[in-house]
Amino acid sequence: MIFNFNKSTKKSSFTTIIIYFLIFLWVFVAAFPFIWTFWGSFKVELDFFSISNWTNAITGKNTEQTYGSPFTFIGYHGAWVQEEFWKAFINTSLVCFFVVITSLTIGTLGAYALSRSNFKYTFWLLIMALIFRAMPPITLVAGYLPPFFEWNLWGTLPTTIIVLVSINQPFTLWMLHSFFQNIPKELDESAKVDGCSQYQAFGHVIVPVMWPGIITTGLFSFLLAYNDFAVTSMLLSDENRTMVPKIAAFLGTTYTEGNVMFAVAAVVSATVPLFILIMFFQTKLVSGLTQGAVKG
Amino acid sequence: MKHKTFFWFILPTFLAMFFFITLPIISVIIQSLHTPHENVLVTVENCDPFGCKKATSINHEATENLKKNNPLGKYVGLDIYFDRGHLAIEQVKNLWSKTDNFFEFVKLTADLPFYKALFFTLTFTFTVTPIMLVLGLLIALGVNSFNKKLKGLIIFFSLLPMIVTPLIGSIILFWMIDSRGIVGNFLQILFEDPDLSLKASTFLTWIMLIVYGVWHAIPFSFIVFYAGLQTLPKDQIESAQIDGANTFQQTIHIIIPHIMPLITFVTLMQLMDNFRVFEPIVGFNAEAHATSLSWIIFNDLGGETRQLSAAATSSILTIFGIIILLLPVLIKTWKEFEFKK
Repeated sequence: MIFNFNKSTKKSSFTTIIIYFLIFLWVFVAAFPFIWTFWGSFKVELDFFSISNWTNAITGKNTEQTYGSPFTFIGYHGAWVQEEFWKAFINTSLVCFFVVITSLTIGTLGAYALSRSNFKYTFWLLIMALIFRAMPPITLVAGYLPPFFEWNLWGTLPTTIIVLVSINQPFTLWMLHSFFQNIPKELDESAKVDGCSQYQAFGHVIVPVMWPGIITTGLFSFLLAYNDFAVTSMLLSDENRTMVPKIAAFLGTTYTEGNVMFAVAAVVSATVPLFILIMFFQTKLVSGLTQGAVKG
Repeated sequence: MKHKTFFWFILPTFLAMFFFITLPIISVIIQSLHTPHENVLVTVENCDPFGCKKATSINHEATENLKKNNPLGKYVGLDIYFDRGHLAIEQVKNLWSKTDNFFEFVKLTADLPFYKALFFTLTFTFTVTPIMLVLGLLIALGVNSFNKKLKGLIIFFSLLPMIVTPLIGSIILFWMIDSRGIVGNFLQILFEDPDLSLKASTFLTWIMLIVYGVWHAIPFSFIVFYAGLQTLPKDQIESAQIDGANTFQQTIHIIIPHIMPLITFVTLMQLMDNFRVFEPIVGFNAEAHATSLSWIIFNDLGGETRQLSAAATSSILTIFGIIILLLPVLIKTWKEFEFKK
């Protein structure tokens, strides 16, 4: 505890009120848009975008008039059944699953090597990874398109998975590298003294103690794959679209057809998995965010 | 670790990065120096009893041959870099000689597509980054004094704006600030202007995008700083309190120096991430008022006419920009590495 507000003077109790106000304001600003949109996704468009009276969005006046209840699943039905959002959901699941598995496998091997070697090329590899990490992924897409068209690789899920794995490698390497740095080298050394090869030391001694770091890095790989818009929308054909490009496509078509609620339902559906992720892995996410920072 | 062992461990990730990052960069550089072939035109003179007419038509065979022999297109050197869609050297020179004062020059230059995107990208990067640092630190200091259960709840809600897909986050905010949405409606009542629309003016669109950027980025600085505050030197704080230092003085003289490395770290990450700003422009449907470097690349790549050369050139200029932005950090890392040895 840095500030002991209970014992503070009159002047700092004023500060206390401001700080409390700021925090509650922030929590409200952070959470309210999600709660509002979630609530509104069960209404009709006239309630969600209310011209006459904003309280309609809460009470669902027009929804009740149309469907006899202030809640309706019409938006969800439209998105999932009519617009086949379930296909996009399956595509996203496939992409995320394979991206996470592949990223972690090759990333763990590479990061381990980088953390246990002191040669000059180690440094240059890490610097290259840092530069790659800094580059916006969209800058690479112009380089992918001609060969992918030429060899008929464009538009498919496996191509996109490999691309996502590769552009996420720099980040994965840095994160796992900093986790590996925290594991004392003596652990490898003693395993080797006991007669293990470097590979055995890695498999039997290091990986078991690395699980928390691997899971944390996996969460961030998942988020990178799940949240990507620029690359997936450029590399996937219409029928292979994942959720985020599909939602972007919704915006173009549904606005004209007057089915905004389909898009609202799709947006809420795509946010729910992330919500669950934070619920279960809050501490892991926090430790992942601070990991790079603590090591500098 | 032996060279050979190192090699086998690093090989898979190295191959992935080589084939899908290094080679594409090289390909992008080459594409930015070439432009697609124009059709080969032939002019034939047709003479009939009433006179001679010249007709121009496309020689398909020759065009195909040209494309086949040079699949990259026509080599044009740096021409695309200097054209109107990119650095627009000629237009900038013209403006420089035509305009009377510097302010007017900047204003007119900012209308050229590339500079327009560059100005927005830089404005976004250099407003969002400081604002999120300050607000994140304030929130971290505040939350630190709450009890444990409440902290967990606050962190849970705080993570949402950052974790959520950027495109989805911006769409959600966009619906709320719509003139029929709750925030848009509220602002109309507040300013007693029923026609107020945040989407209609360039200035308000920029503000909106920056507010989104801060909203999205605060959790990161908040959480990193909050973690840093857990390792504060308690004895220093106590002795400062005994010496009569108030909260503000403690923050300036003890807390900020203590978390300085974290501030550098967050700034670095934020510069990288804000420089690639893209999704909010799509989510807010704001391209009429604000474009970014990533957005112009995306725009050239998409649509019916994939303008690969133009996109490639913008890509190289963007990469160049990010390297300049990060140069101080790269030099610092290099010095540290040398020092460690």
